[in-house]
Amino acid sequence: MSSPAGKPASPFLTLLDRAGMQLILGALILVCWLTVRNFGSPENIMNLLLQVSTVGIVATTMLFCLASGNFDLSVGTLIPAGGVLCALVLRHGGGLLLATGTALAFGALVGLVNGVVVARLKINALITTLSTMMMVRGIAFVFADGKSIGIGNETMLNLANAAFPVFRSSSGTVLFQITLPVWICLGLFGLFGFILQRTTFGRNTLAIGGNEEAARLAGINVNRVKITIFTMQGAVAALAGVLLAARLGIGDPKTAQGSELSIISACVLGGVSLSGGIGRMSYVIAGVFIMGIVENAMNLLNIDSFYQYIVRGAILLGAVMLDCLKQRS
Amino acid sequence: MGPPSPFLQFEDVTKTYPGVTALSGVSFGVGTGSVHALMGENGAGKSTLLKTLSGSHAPTSGRLRLDGVPHVFQSTADALAAGVAVIYQELHLVPGMTVAENIYLGHLPARRGLVDRASLRAQAAAQLRRLGEDIDPDTLLADLPIGQRQMVEIAKALSRGARVIAFDEPTSSLSAREIGKLFTVIRDLRAQGCVILYVTHRMEEIFKLCDACTVLRDGRHVRTYATLDGVTPAGLVQDMVGRDIADVFGYAPRPHGAPALEAGGLLGCGLSAPVSLSVAQGEILGLFGLIGAGRTELMKLLFGAEPLTGGTVRVHGRPVPLRSPGDAIAAGLAYCTEDRKRDGIVPILSVMENCNVSARPAHVRLGCLIDDAWEQANARQQIDSLKVRTPSLTQLIKHLSGGNQQKVILGRWLSTNIRVLLLDEPTRGIDIGAKSDIYQIIFRLAREGAGIVVVSSDLPEVLGLADRVAVMREGAISAIFTRAEATPERVLAAALPLEKTTAA
Repeated sequence: MSSPAGKPASPFLTLLDRAGMQLILGALILVCWLTVRNFGSPENIMNLLLQVSTVGIVATTMLFCLASGNFDLSVGTLIPAGGVLCALVLRHGGGLLLATGTALAFGALVGLVNGVVVARLKINALITTLSTMMMVRGIAFVFADGKSIGIGNETMLNLANAAFPVFRSSSGTVLFQITLPVWICLGLFGLFGFILQRTTFGRNTLAIGGNEEAARLAGINVNRVKITIFTMQGAVAALAGVLLAARLGIGDPKTAQGSELSIISACVLGGVSLSGGIGRMSYVIAGVFIMGIVENAMNLLNIDSFYQYIVRGAILLGAVMLDCLKQRS
Repeated sequence: MGPPSPFLQFEDVTKTYPGVTALSGVSFGVGTGSVHALMGENGAGKSTLLKTLSGSHAPTSGRLRLDGVPHVFQSTADALAAGVAVIYQELHLVPGMTVAENIYLGHLPARRGLVDRASLRAQAAAQLRRLGEDIDPDTLLADLPIGQRQMVEIAKALSRGARVIAFDEPTSSLSAREIGKLFTVIRDLRAQGCVILYVTHRMEEIFKLCDACTVLRDGRHVRTYATLDGVTPAGLVQDMVGRDIADVFGYAPRPHGAPALEAGGLLGCGLSAPVSLSVAQGEILGLFGLIGAGRTELMKLLFGAEPLTGGTVRVHGRPVPLRSPGDAIAAGLAYCTEDRKRDGIVPILSVMENCNVSARPAHVRLGCLIDDAWEQANARQQIDSLKVRTPSLTQLIKHLSGGNQQKVILGRWLSTNIRVLLLDEPTRGIDIGAKSDIYQIIFRLAREGAGIVVVSSDLPEVLGLADRVAVMREGAISAIFTRAEATPERVLAAALPLEKTTAA
């Protein structure tokens, strides 16, 4: 218990608390720019943005999940399942809207199940979403009959590659462009960041994560908020899957393996508390880009993917330890 | 030849927590071969004294002597090593282990690192025999009834060579037969030369079992009776209640209006019989009872925080469906919880956030967008009118003192359209200055027409605030007194548990 005046925390921790990850992100960009060949090339930047967009999109709602003191692993298989469902509907002659809508509805349904089980039955979110993760993986394989499904729909493929603005060289090759998945990712950063900071729903999310019983006794409908969060999370994960499938031209049940952990580690790395109650979109953005840039730089440096796992794991462990350190201060 | 100096001697034991003095210079002695009762109201300091004895909390100053040797226990291991064991109301046993393992928990007999099962069983059986208990040491603890578990706890203390054994309300969950058995064991221990300290609320147990008695009040030693000859229950109650209820509260009668809250035949978790009560607009109803009497459970039922299994609640004459706290708030109910830290504040959010959370839905734009102007203005107004001491609205509430946290929670409810205010231990852990602020806020709200229920374990507080006093005992309302009728003795008598007929 400290007095209102309190003793000042160490300047290092204060800085870490306020803008630590943004600073680390800035330093990381600088170092990579200066030392990694081709890092700063327009082509690589485009590539990087596209790479982080999948994790970035899902991290926007994972922020709500973590901020409310919960956890969602099922996103890792909802991404491929969304892509498979979308490709399947397209193959059977469905239109773009129907295909996307089906995938989103499936994602929302899985999220709804997660939410109801976690909120109403009070079953641990880790176990619940681990179970649905496995089930959704199975469903994706069943739908796809174990194979990837090609997407022939021109509109879908064009849309995934639709870009603005586009800069071309005099010879007509694309120098730099931002494509739709990146725009959607940026849009969701803005939208969900706004929802968290500026709406009752967002504030209630943080209050639930901060002290669930106090939130309930303050009149917040805790179950409804939790169920809404999980449902949003499911739909957004499926959307990320649709965009990924459209970009790659196939709905593949084997893609995005382990992405749930990349997403959660990006959030935690940015400073979203695993124990709930603390989170901002700026944290998520920093975390997503730090993870993305490290991965990107390792690829450019031709580091074997086996070593990449070790580095990514180490970064996650470091982030969790940092979270613990901040909680204690 | 003077009397022998007592075996266990408390010397000027003081324990302060931030903002609260739980024990203040307590000194008394307990002799061998006697069962010494420790009495006092809730919050008198009994539990804290036991904690300094068991070593789980070191005293801020002062010490105790065992057989003349001074000790300040820093840990339970220290206390056990010195031969002191405290047996708490909630037993500290491992249900999934055997009786023998529980008795020797932490000092299992071993040979080369392997548990010596045979001698474990034999030694445990010997300890149990000493208590006249015939329990198979290989039984799983979980399979024993509560009374026998307590015997295991006592055997555990004896296995450590304890010479001082303190019991904290040991009979609260025992049947009459088990109580009789326990008393026999305690008398045997006394005969074997143990020093027994016995905390209880039950008057008849004291006269049946104990040889001496010490009364604590407000963390201070009131008096020690070396013998109970000539001591009466009424005299002990007088010692426990003690102080004159000086008018520090500033009570003034108010006109009462139509009923604000009418509850009829409430049933639910924690209640043993249907509970009915009503509070008029402008009235303050005190709700007194010992810990565990069902007061908090009743508040939670009234607030829709726990499901009602029967009964109706009306606010301003209109029936209220109580499916959730949200329903209760919509009807104009507000509830300040007993344990601020556990279920009142959201510690890692700001003062403003904690203040606005409940009223916010009525002040948003387009159904969900936060109105910054209102947020700032409301929080500022509550902070100012309740005199909350905080450096800023964005200060995290966990950095405020208990009293200021409580005021922010009050501000949370004053921001809503409040008709009935339920206050559960509103001044627990709060310093004197903030206490009197909170009393003034309660009176002001009553003058403004709110119906108020104040739950408190602090008898003077209940008597000082309330227009009427309801008393709960064992999950039901045992009496309702007007302010004039509500003497400390009557209220306490209605709160103390009914006598159980013991076999001893």
